[in-house]
Amino acid sequence: MKPGPTARPAGTPGAPARRIGRWRLLLASDLWHAFVHSRVAWLAAAVALLCLGGALFAPWLAPHDPSDLATLDLADSHLPPAWLADGRATYPLGTDDQGRDILSALLYGARISLMVGLSAVALSVLIGVTLGLLAGFAGGVVDAALMRVCDVMLSFPPILIALLIDGVSRAVFPQARDVLAFAVLILALTLTDWVRYARTVRGSTLVERNKEYVQAARLVGVPRWRLLRRHVLPNVLGPVLVLATIQVGQAIVAEATLSYLGVGVPPANPSLGTLIRIGNDFLYAGEWWITLFPGAALVLISMSVNLLGDWLRDALNPRLR
Amino acid sequence: MLSFFLRRLAQAVLVMLVVGMGAFSLFRYVGDPVGNMLGQDAAAAQRAQLHADLGLDKPPAVQFLRFLGHAVTGDFGVSLRQGREVSALIAERLPATVELAIVAASIALAVGIPLGVYAALRREHWDARLTMAVSLLGISLPTFLIGIVLIELFSVLLGWFPSYGRGATIQLGPWRTGLLTVDGWRHIALPAFTLAMYQLALLMRLVRAEMLEALQSDYVKFARARGLPDRVVHFGHALRNTLVPVLTISGLQLGSLIAFSIITETVFSWPGMGSLFIQAVQFPDVPVMAAYLCLIALVFVTINLGVDVLYAVVDPRLRVQASVPEARR
Repeated sequence: MKPGPTARPAGTPGAPARRIGRWRLLLASDLWHAFVHSRVAWLAAAVALLCLGGALFAPWLAPHDPSDLATLDLADSHLPPAWLADGRATYPLGTDDQGRDILSALLYGARISLMVGLSAVALSVLIGVTLGLLAGFAGGVVDAALMRVCDVMLSFPPILIALLIDGVSRAVFPQARDVLAFAVLILALTLTDWVRYARTVRGSTLVERNKEYVQAARLVGVPRWRLLRRHVLPNVLGPVLVLATIQVGQAIVAEATLSYLGVGVPPANPSLGTLIRIGNDFLYAGEWWITLFPGAALVLISMSVNLLGDWLRDALNPRLR
Repeated sequence: MLSFFLRRLAQAVLVMLVVGMGAFSLFRYVGDPVGNMLGQDAAAAQRAQLHADLGLDKPPAVQFLRFLGHAVTGDFGVSLRQGREVSALIAERLPATVELAIVAASIALAVGIPLGVYAALRREHWDARLTMAVSLLGISLPTFLIGIVLIELFSVLLGWFPSYGRGATIQLGPWRTGLLTVDGWRHIALPAFTLAMYQLALLMRLVRAEMLEALQSDYVKFARARGLPDRVVHFGHALRNTLVPVLTISGLQLGSLIAFSIITETVFSWPGMGSLFIQAVQFPDVPVMAAYLCLIALVFVTINLGVDVLYAVVDPRLRVQASVPEARR
């Protein structure tokens, strides 16, 4: 039996009493049970939260402000991490060629990486879910056209499409590069990513729309958009949640890759990828810390998010185990 | 069978036309082709002359057909950044990328399949589990980071392999190869391994999953019941049946090897098409971007078509499935 929203009188606004009910529901749910009993999930969630917290509270956590040029001192440049012979305790992970503290740059960089990754995923979920619902529910020409677009896009690697979008936007707006760089980057990641959500949601919508609760709601005379939003949407969101979790990791890696290739975020606001790119030049001078610490942070973020996504998929879909 | 093939071919041509239209709009509407060719301070008469010479005064449909005609013969105009024929630039860079992709694919196949079989046969043992954990790392690590770590380890710390360029190459007709010199092989080692890493991990996991499934099947149980030795059961029966999907996936992945080589080539300053494309994106150099887009699309469409057709040859059910919806219409 589906606990369909049809059981309630339609349109009741969420009362505070129901919120407590939801919290209880969460604690009693299978998902929470699976989470509590999975060591991998705990570990991954802890690492992901740590990274998120570090990025979110970067201005308070970071020992220095990397964007404040006045605090930079060239005498402090090229310092190794604190535990090595020449390291200083004020720069725990060492400094780069301009005397910037690596730890601070890393925290601020993770902030930008996460911001770009999360907004790209949020935007693609919005677009993908909307189009997927429409295609699945409307069927016919709309559906066929949309699915052909998806086919073509999925047959090319996302990084290639993102690069192309980036290149085209550079050619179209040659002047306003730095102002638009963030928008272009998020757009490029979104345009390559929405396809997956559209496909998934369309598939589940095709299944859901023929189920009895939808038929019943339709018979009662629920308007179409309301039918989609209140009845179909909640029931197709499970796979989207899994996909979105995994895609956050993918988007962060994609952003880092683009920034590493020199076509991502503007150099004034370095993300993890930009930091790795900058540090790359100093690898041969033996200064591995400039590039490897941001790299490790990137790996930590993407691995923990990936593991969380994998766990979520298994937990929501016990058949796959 | 013929109708199946023709329909797939029509789809492939359609995709190429769509990509061609994208490339054409890049050429025509992004930036100013006349200004790009003459420079910003050319005389108005000169501009008008070139405008007419290029056929820019004709209707868009005619221009598109002209573009297609040129594109089919490989004529994509002149690079804005280097002032040379795009086709010549690409022809010069193509061998480096193809060699890199082939060596990487060979590494992935030669290492990935045995490792996958091993992980499947010893799946309860710690060494197989370790292999699986490492493969997870191979899948989730970004390509450029793998490259950087390999450079740090094998070039900077150990000094075994060089970290940039192709090394000594030999010109064989139009093809400049690095695979005939020891120096060339030393140079290709790190980039090829970097590029292979993801495919290797993917292939290994796929082989393992397929092997595990095959080992559960009735024909393997029957082969065991007949008293055949493990070696024959594992390699003659189980592995052989896993190879069809494995080869399909590796075929499809060949395209993404070429696409991913964009990243690898940048990390290792490999003078291939990928670094050409990245420079074009940064500049931005529209003709080179458009040409690369068409070329990559052609590679992908050809591979997809080839795999589909091979599949239909191998598996007759697909042909039937594909023709059923048509019969209903």
